[in-house]
Amino acid sequence: MTNGTAVPNGFGSEHPNPLLKEYIVLRNRAIADLGQIDVYVGHEGYQAARTALTTMQPGAVIDMIKASGLRGRGGAGFPTGMKWSFIPKDIFPKYLVCNADESEPGTFNNHEIIEHNPHQLVEGMIIAGFAVGSNTGYIYIRGEYAYGARVLERAIREAYERGFLGKNLWGSGFDFDLYVHRGAGAYICGEETALLESLEGKIGQPRLRPPFPAVKGLYAKPTVVNNVQTITNVPMIVHKGVDWYRSFGTEKSPGTFAISISGHVKRPGNYELPLGTTMRQFVYDIAGGIRGDRRLKFIVPGGASTKWLVDKPEHLDVALAWDDMRAIGTELGSGAVIVLDETTCAVAAAMKIDEFFKHESCGKCSPCREGTHFLTKVWERIEHGHGRIGDIPLLNDIAKTMDGKNCFCLLGPSSVSAVRSAIAYFSDEIQAHIETGRCPYGGLHPMPHVSTAEGGARTGQTSALVH
Amino acid sequence: MLARYPSKRSAVLPLLYIAQDEYGFLNDRSIREVAEILDLPYTQVFEVVTFYSLFYDTPVGKWMLQVCDDNPCCFTGAEELVANLEERLQIQAGETTADALFTLQRVKCIGACHRAPVLQANLEFVYDLTPDKVEAMLANFRSRVTSGERLSISGRLAEQ
Repeated sequence: MTNGTAVPNGFGSEHPNPLLKEYIVLRNRAIADLGQIDVYVGHEGYQAARTALTTMQPGAVIDMIKASGLRGRGGAGFPTGMKWSFIPKDIFPKYLVCNADESEPGTFNNHEIIEHNPHQLVEGMIIAGFAVGSNTGYIYIRGEYAYGARVLERAIREAYERGFLGKNLWGSGFDFDLYVHRGAGAYICGEETALLESLEGKIGQPRLRPPFPAVKGLYAKPTVVNNVQTITNVPMIVHKGVDWYRSFGTEKSPGTFAISISGHVKRPGNYELPLGTTMRQFVYDIAGGIRGDRRLKFIVPGGASTKWLVDKPEHLDVALAWDDMRAIGTELGSGAVIVLDETTCAVAAAMKIDEFFKHESCGKCSPCREGTHFLTKVWERIEHGHGRIGDIPLLNDIAKTMDGKNCFCLLGPSSVSAVRSAIAYFSDEIQAHIETGRCPYGGLHPMPHVSTAEGGARTGQTSALVH
Repeated sequence: MLARYPSKRSAVLPLLYIAQDEYGFLNDRSIREVAEILDLPYTQVFEVVTFYSLFYDTPVGKWMLQVCDDNPCCFTGAEELVANLEERLQIQAGETTADALFTLQRVKCIGACHRAPVLQANLEFVYDLTPDKVEAMLANFRSRVTSGERLSISGRLAEQ
């Protein structure tokens, strides 16, 4: 088991994690000051990159990542090795982009990796760049992580000084340059094609796919986009081997996942868990259960985009693994478990989630731009005691027009998860709001500010239905 | 900076950050300057400014206070924090104090949910900000303005 660190790192490192035998990603918790290059190198840092560049062919690195079963940690869980293998060999240059735009509500695992284990991310970028034949990498970090960007800038500068970045690395003939690029506050830039638009200096609106970034990505060249945590796994797989890596997790979801847990639990923070750990183990054994020993009401299991889980065995005994979560109709998502107790108003939670999507809608397609606005408006009036009898069917109607492929990207359909979940599990509570003309929980204290300025100009007119 | 990218248009975000720190916000002149450096039409830079939430095209205080009121923070003290700040600063969220020291904003998830209530001040995180700590925090920010410490509204000097 891994014990907690003596000195808290601000992300819950002091809490013991009895389900994990060894850290893969959050090794900063096992080794003090791992973010400093001397310490990182002293613990065999950059040896995996050297091994890959000097003793392996790029194709062999891709095969190794494929064999490891590593899946993308940004949300979709797509096999990383397969993504790398889609890059055409005969088109130059190619780009490697690390998606560090972590903005999904409830997610802060990349935040810890960036601030406390930056060299493992840099080393992963070198190996990934070599594997896909890219000589240039960008780490696109959300603008709010201003300190994280400075940590990465420093780590990259140190790596250049040691000859781990730049020309002819370890005499292999392979060149690799790496840059940090700060976003400026836009959730949609976590969508990979919007991220590429943003990196090209445009507003961050998604592109039509196909063509996929593997064929036409950054500057219309072949591009791989991987999440921070995905890339941070790579050096350890190369260094310790596929069998070691597969000794963690499950057959279809190997390895570990550093997952953020927040809300009404006793020990919120990041926890690196072997994939396959159950939600019940995570919430109750690891994070200490519900504050004040209250009752659990619901869990938003993988970020605001995912369908909620409630207090019933098939939801709590689900394994934290991509396929298991999908089998019960939700998603593992970005590794963000939000736990809310019995004092939480489900209408307020759904309202805040849809307010988030309204704020973050890029405005490109109508179903999302207007739909997120309508949903928020209907939730607000229900929460504030002005709900109407037909509001539940109305929410369902709006959701239907936004679901599936009606929107340009996944942001619109994501906003529907809260609607479907709240109606599925808490329709009585919604009805009670409407019938009594008040929130049984007294509303958020104080009542949430009804936004007027923000988003108003962009979303423009609202339909007569919602007014 | 332009050498980092095959296309210089890519430098628009970093240049806007520098301009914003220089002028305190992105006024018309700063947007024109960035457009000239990048050989872009003014409108293409202006639309970028209006799209991203960390660019401010109207004057803001020396300190931009951004409180996360998203899920789950809204259920773990964010609303009380906003109310407390509004009372102490005598402004509503979205406004700037009369002495131009503070602008208060509600923002969406800033990736520190486990330590709510939380805000960023010029993108420096202030964690576990229960109402009893607010007065000391504001006093600290006021003294950093008085001492002439170099402040960067865009977080380019952010420390932990």
